[in-house]
Amino acid sequence: MGETRPEVLRLEGITRDFGEGEARTKVLRGVDFTLRRGEFAALMGPSGSGKSTLLHIMGLLDRPTSGRVLLGGEDTGAMDDDQLTRCRGTTLGFVFQFHHLLPEFSALENVMIPMAAAKGRLDASMPECGRALLDRVGLSARADNRATTLSGGQAQRVAIARSLAMDPSVVLADEPTGNLDTQTADEVFSLLREVNQRQKVTFLVVTHDRRLAERTDRIIELVDGRIVSDQANER
Amino acid sequence: MRFEVFIALRYLKEGKAQTALVLGGTTVGVAVLIFLTALIGGLQRTLVAQTLSAQAHILVKSPERVARTLPATSAVADRVEKVPDRIRSIEQWQQVLDSVRSIPGVVAATPTAAGSAFASRGPATKSVALRGIEPATFSQVIEIVPKMKSGHFALEGTEAIIGTVLASDLGVAVGDKVRLATPEGRGDVFTISGIFDLGNKDVNQRWVFVPLRSAQTLLDVPGGATTLEVKVAEIFEAERLAREIQRRTGLAADSWMEVNQQLLVGLKSQSASSWMIQALVVLAVTLGIASVLGVSVIQKSREIGILKATGTTTRTIQRIFLLEGAIVGAVGSVLGALLGSVMSLAFANLARGPTGAPLFPVDLTLGLFLGAAAVAIFTGTLAAWYPASRAARLDPAEVIRYG
Repeated sequence: MGETRPEVLRLEGITRDFGEGEARTKVLRGVDFTLRRGEFAALMGPSGSGKSTLLHIMGLLDRPTSGRVLLGGEDTGAMDDDQLTRCRGTTLGFVFQFHHLLPEFSALENVMIPMAAAKGRLDASMPECGRALLDRVGLSARADNRATTLSGGQAQRVAIARSLAMDPSVVLADEPTGNLDTQTADEVFSLLREVNQRQKVTFLVVTHDRRLAERTDRIIELVDGRIVSDQANER
Repeated sequence: MRFEVFIALRYLKEGKAQTALVLGGTTVGVAVLIFLTALIGGLQRTLVAQTLSAQAHILVKSPERVARTLPATSAVADRVEKVPDRIRSIEQWQQVLDSVRSIPGVVAATPTAAGSAFASRGPATKSVALRGIEPATFSQVIEIVPKMKSGHFALEGTEAIIGTVLASDLGVAVGDKVRLATPEGRGDVFTISGIFDLGNKDVNQRWVFVPLRSAQTLLDVPGGATTLEVKVAEIFEAERLAREIQRRTGLAADSWMEVNQQLLVGLKSQSASSWMIQALVVLAVTLGIASVLGVSVIQKSREIGILKATGTTTRTIQRIFLLEGAIVGAVGSVLGALLGSVMSLAFANLARGPTGAPLFPVDLTLGLFLGAAAVAIFTGTLAAWYPASRAARLDPAEVIRYG
């Protein structure tokens, strides 16, 4: 990874505590790292190490107890909830373990939702953009299918297309292949990699799967709320 | 299309059973509102119309005579005898009549000379209420012309118009003669020129109309009028106008509301109970919508989290659920208006009197539909307030993680 590439996301001294008094649990104990444009990084760690909490803080879904999250160089700590939501909608993409598509909507509509939410309305250009994104993940033929009629792999591809809807600078993927069989997991992971290489979108992928992590550029390991290893991956 | 409208419509369309439940509840609620309001409105209008069919809106009379007591120093009285009333004319009644007619809100006024008399034909004698009138102005105050069963409503010389029951009691028809005499012994023979049915047995049995001049002679009030009968444009303004007449003329003026206090109390109680039922229906509909939308928010927690994660603001989430409530209210008000109209018209059609004529019309007005729609949309939105706030407060990180 060349250090000259611009920073897209930086964490500085992130801690996150849950509970009060004696029941207080320190989940993150001072996490620092930076993601640069076009990076494809894996975040690993045992269950309970704080991976999902860290991902939620990076995704502006949660606020840290202390520390700073800088997105494109801008400190997000001073933003109110609506500003965070708008920032999340326009600069970040999410892929979850369970695709979390909205079951009442078609594949195409699911992809269009972030665009419509950002604009406040549906407009005529959105279906075209949505179809182009579905085409990119190889699912244009299923665009009008209900989310509930898609297979796990197909749904996860739609979720990837949705995460790219607003042309984000970072996509955060929380065990995106954790619920898929090995072959489908490989296909989905390859798709993420392909998007990363073609569009230079930064990816941070949380995974338990060492085999998949080996296919990324960088592996960050989190244990007990601290980064114990952050290394470029020699492939 | 607005984003929140798109999402709200889809949620309603896809939540088939829940949507059907809230829509059904709102429809029935609106239908009950419309049915009850139309029914009570029609019933009250008919009751008032029937009561006023044989009654002026305001009666203007000379004030009651008051006994003058002796100065307290010369005698001690433990009881003051009430002065027995006798038939007295209103002083300068023509000027008073003009003054009453000039009051805004008064539609018509007519003089009458009224007193007791006996009507007899052969061996049959009946006690009657003699009413000397001017037919042209009297028919402007009381709508009697359409209620003539035979003959016509006109009085010339010694003609009289009587009710159907009296005609039957005396065995007379139009063209027959009856003798009318006062208890004081003044009397004359009159020819029946018409027979009316005012829908009130007592009135049909006792009222006898004669020309004003004949009544003045029989009742010994030459050129006089004992009562002025007044019709007003807005019946529920009668009391206020009666006070105005009293103030202007110094005479006693009784509105129909004062004369029929029991009816008025009955109407008010009926309205109050109807309002109470309607308020409870609105409350039930509100709770119904709130609980179904509340369940919907719980079921959709994770989806709400995803919407938030993908850039939907808290306010937009709130608006989605408020819109769901408002849409349910709007659609429910249209369906409820249809159902309420069908119920009202079916009831009006089924509730018929002995003659087969509808008992009363139902008051289905545009204002009623618009009012019910406003209540339904407001109720729907209000009911959605709590579930919408709850949805807006959901923490996306938490619901995505735990559902």
